Amino acid sequence: MIAALTKSWRGWLFPVLVIAGAEIWFLFNPVLSDTLAAPSKIVSGAIETLTDGTLLKTTYQTLVAAAIGLLIGMVAGTACGILIGLARTADRLSSWSVEMLRPIPSVALIPLSLLTFGYGYRMEYAVVAWATFWPFLILTQHALKQVDVRLMEVSKLMGFGIFARIFKIMLPAAAPRLFTALRLSVGLSLVVAVTVEIAANPQGLGYGLMVSQESLRPDRMFALLIWVGLLGWALNYGLVWLEGRLFAHRAPGAVASA
Amino acid sequence: MAANPAIELKDVSLSFGSNQILTGIDMSVDPGEFVCVIGASGSGKTTLLRMIAGLLTPTTGKVFSNGKPVLKPSRHVAVVFQDYGRALLPWRRAFANVSLPLEASGMPAKDRPARIRELLAKVGLAHHEDKFPGQLSGGMQQRLQIARALAQEPDTLLMDEPFGALDAMTRQTLQDEVLRLVSERKTTVFFVTHDIEEALYLGDRVVALDSNPGRVAYDIKVPLPRPRDQLTTREHPEFLRLRREMFEIMNKIHA
Repeated sequence: MIAALTKSWRGWLFPVLVIAGAEIWFLFNPVLSDTLAAPSKIVSGAIETLTDGTLLKTTYQTLVAAAIGLLIGMVAGTACGILIGLARTADRLSSWSVEMLRPIPSVALIPLSLLTFGYGYRMEYAVVAWATFWPFLILTQHALKQVDVRLMEVSKLMGFGIFARIFKIMLPAAAPRLFTALRLSVGLSLVVAVTVEIAANPQGLGYGLMVSQESLRPDRMFALLIWVGLLGWALNYGLVWLEGRLFAHRAPGAVASA
Repeated sequence: MAANPAIELKDVSLSFGSNQILTGIDMSVDPGEFVCVIGASGSGKTTLLRMIAGLLTPTTGKVFSNGKPVLKPSRHVAVVFQDYGRALLPWRRAFANVSLPLEASGMPAKDRPARIRELLAKVGLAHHEDKFPGQLSGGMQQRLQIARALAQEPDTLLMDEPFGALDAMTRQTLQDEVLRLVSERKTTVFFVTHDIEEALYLGDRVVALDSNPGRVAYDIKVPLPRPRDQLTTREHPEFLRLRREMFEIMNKIHA
């Protein structure tokens, strides 16, 4: 990873220049701003959020809400995707409902979710689950249609029943595509969780951002903002790495050590 | 009373819409017989194999396997496809690929490893059980598919141009291995190929298909002694005579 970071040093040039420029600008224009903060102030703000426990607590709350919501969305979305992907009747029965429900922005469900569950984790689970349900539903459905016909023939020749066919052949065959749905949804779950916290739910990183804004602490706000960005980046980086580990051996001519 | 034929086709035709693929196929394969089917691409030889496998239903006529009508795939009939890369499960190691039919037949998990290792050893993959198909050469992948087919303990083995994608050396090695493996168990083989020499080398009988629509043009016995040998069989006067005859037949068909 260090090697990857040093290798792409040119990519770091721009942000470093921006940060240095900002610091110098603030040095010569020592204004008190409600909206901006010097990079050095942001660093001290970050240290403050870390030492007073805000960062850990809110990160934990957001990640738990995003993860459990994602889990619900994933299981429900994949299950419905399998059903719709395999049963033509289910496909016909659901096509209108899917087209009607899918365009509803997840954020629009915040009021409903708040009414139903009140403040706390559960309303956030519900909105994240709604948001991530659709990518899993759609991508599972498509992934199953794209399973190689030859593999489907093999499973017929083996005499597998429907469950063995799904779990031994179709889902493993579709796994790389399903993983794409996961990667997409992990990013989405973080975005939606933070949005819910900013809009309604008094917990997590989103609420931390709101509190910083309302208490006129742009330094803390920027610190949390950058942290959210880093979290998203790290999650995606981890998933890309995992994807490589999980599916590298499937490629023809895969390395023998995989 | 004579035993039922391993495979029997009675006046079988198949058409997709107005497109006639096969017409009036009458054919019978005895138990333990090795029948090679040759024909140009588009002659419907693969389609014929798929009907015997139960993957396709004839438009008219009937297909029987051991005297029973073929309505769907059966565990007694195993198929080896040409495109091993698509037919193997890329997420399962060699070992687990061979395990697939054993799982399907409900063999207890504790009995499987011994059987799988025996089969892998038979096809010369004893030291490769932990490799994924993507890590094996083409010849090894095809061996793996053969091991998987044998795990079904089939009475009948259907092979669809299994060596078509392999180089000449590997092809000859695998031809001999298949002959050895099927003679051990007296397995009936229905072997589709477009290679006349391969058909003569392997088969007890060669059936040539005419195309558009596909139908049986010639059905020839191959009275060459067994075990066959890559050198002596291929130099056998009868082999050379049959090879000439077959070439002439195929030329006439495709003229």
